[in-house]
Amino acid sequence: MAVWLTTLTRRHSHWLLSAPAILWLVVFFIAPLFIVGFMSLMTRGTGGLPVMPLTTAHYDRVFTTFSGVLNRSLWLSFVATVITLLIGYPMAYYIRTRKNEWVRNIALFLVILPFWTNFLVRTYAWRFILGREGFINNFLLNTGFIQEPLPLLNTEFAVLVGLTYGFLPFMVLPIYASIERFDFKFVEAAQDLGAGNWSVFWRVMLPMTLPGVLAGCVLVFIPSIGSYVTSDLLGGTQGLMIGNLLAGQFKASGNFPLGAALSVVILSLVVIPIAFYLRFGGREA
Amino acid sequence: MATGIYTQADYAIQHTARAAYRARVVYGFGRLGVLSVAVGAYAFLWLPILLLVLFSFNDSRSITTWMGFSLKWYETIFSGAVGTGSNSFSSQMMLNALQNSLFVAGIATVLSTAIGTSVAIALSRAKFQGKKWVNALLFFPMIIPDITQAMSLALFFKVVFDFIEMISGQRVVNSFSTIVIGHVAFNISYVAIVVMARMRDMNPRVEEAAADLGANAWQTFRYITFPLIFPGVLAAALLALTMSLDDFIVSFFLSGVGTSTLPIYVHSMIKVSITPEINAISALMLAASTLLIIVSLTLQGGRRAR
Repeated sequence: MAVWLTTLTRRHSHWLLSAPAILWLVVFFIAPLFIVGFMSLMTRGTGGLPVMPLTTAHYDRVFTTFSGVLNRSLWLSFVATVITLLIGYPMAYYIRTRKNEWVRNIALFLVILPFWTNFLVRTYAWRFILGREGFINNFLLNTGFIQEPLPLLNTEFAVLVGLTYGFLPFMVLPIYASIERFDFKFVEAAQDLGAGNWSVFWRVMLPMTLPGVLAGCVLVFIPSIGSYVTSDLLGGTQGLMIGNLLAGQFKASGNFPLGAALSVVILSLVVIPIAFYLRFGGREA
Repeated sequence: MATGIYTQADYAIQHTARAAYRARVVYGFGRLGVLSVAVGAYAFLWLPILLLVLFSFNDSRSITTWMGFSLKWYETIFSGAVGTGSNSFSSQMMLNALQNSLFVAGIATVLSTAIGTSVAIALSRAKFQGKKWVNALLFFPMIIPDITQAMSLALFFKVVFDFIEMISGQRVVNSFSTIVIGHVAFNISYVAIVVMARMRDMNPRVEEAAADLGANAWQTFRYITFPLIFPGVLAAALLALTMSLDDFIVSFFLSGVGTSTLPIYVHSMIKVSITPEINAISALMLAASTLLIIVSLTLQGGRRAR
């Protein structure tokens, strides 16, 4: 009787328990995105405010005037994803193959910790490493390798370093989770069957840990394409990205419809890899 | 006999060879390469942070030459003015920003923990139609870049506030509430995921047993479910607090006059390059978030110990 009653109460309470979250996310997350979508098609009025009639002028501008910034954002995000993958996979493999559990946990912790410390502060640290009077230039000048300080800060290179640095843990953690589930007996079996090291890696280990690799790539690409702080602090005008353009429309020049259009473009650049991931990599993850 | 010795030796050789082979199998490929990438990657992750902290104790304005240990930058940020001329920031401004940060993060943490925990309980225990959609809704904020969220919410408030002004003539602007709303919106999903992980590890039969013994739904929750998931809830709350304290983008878009949080203050300091005072503030922020995350991980680790 009591179980039946509890079950009945529960049958009605799940919506009650979910309601606050559903309401909050629909009103303050989904609805604003729809407003942005609509606003991106409106005309710029006085003070940057959107007015009727509807127009695609802002999208035209994004793909013509700002195509350079758009291409740079895509390119830098892509390269950052590849670099974090090339560093992240061996790193995850290294952590997984530590025999001592204590060492393994410390190694993992050392990856997680920077990921929870303030992003602004971590990015700022690179400013005084790459700066004109920063560590690298200072070192190279003192050792006589160069006579003039190298322009490292406020370049695309600096943004790339910042993106790689900021999002490396996002690559390492899912790959580590995949390798942790991977049974190393498969490696043994492949080698018994005469496969060499490279062949074992390419044909056995990589395919079996691919869900982690795909998840890592998505998790690095998304914040990279939407990054603001990294390019703001390290990129200068040379490393301007789409996120800075967006913030500029909102904060400085006040062209809200253009900012909204940039938002929609970022959103669609994010949705494409996600859809791809859900279609091809999500099943096993 | 000779055969016996031969067999034994052969066995020993084979055994050793097999052990060596296994060791090579598991840790074999590109051992040196993997090691050097890992060492390089750890250096890459940690050197900037260590240098930043080290130079916050430097007895000089120089950010590259070590001139001896000093606490003067820590003293400076707490004693009056930081920086010079038009680029000066007062300690009072920093303390206000810190206070704002703690206030906003505190409220956002309480709200997002309550909302996230209750949806986590519903999703873990009940099977209902539309559950898939609630899951998708929770997944959504985690895949949207924060700048898109910040921008859309800022425009949303602009529209709503303009509408309110049109109807009532009352001017409404961004305030602490707008920042809190934004923080809760991105925190709910993370809280729900941490609590759901904890719920998964819990035996549902304990709840059934309580119900069999005559406890009603509320009593079961209050005396059985909640105490069991409490470490998970606490860990989720600390995670929300950390994310809220660290957030820059959402606060930057949603803050109004006098509601700057600490990251906004630090950002404006970085923009005018006031080193090494920023190093000192940064070092303190790093220490605070390290402490928070260690406590949070310890609480989550307690899950395995049980």
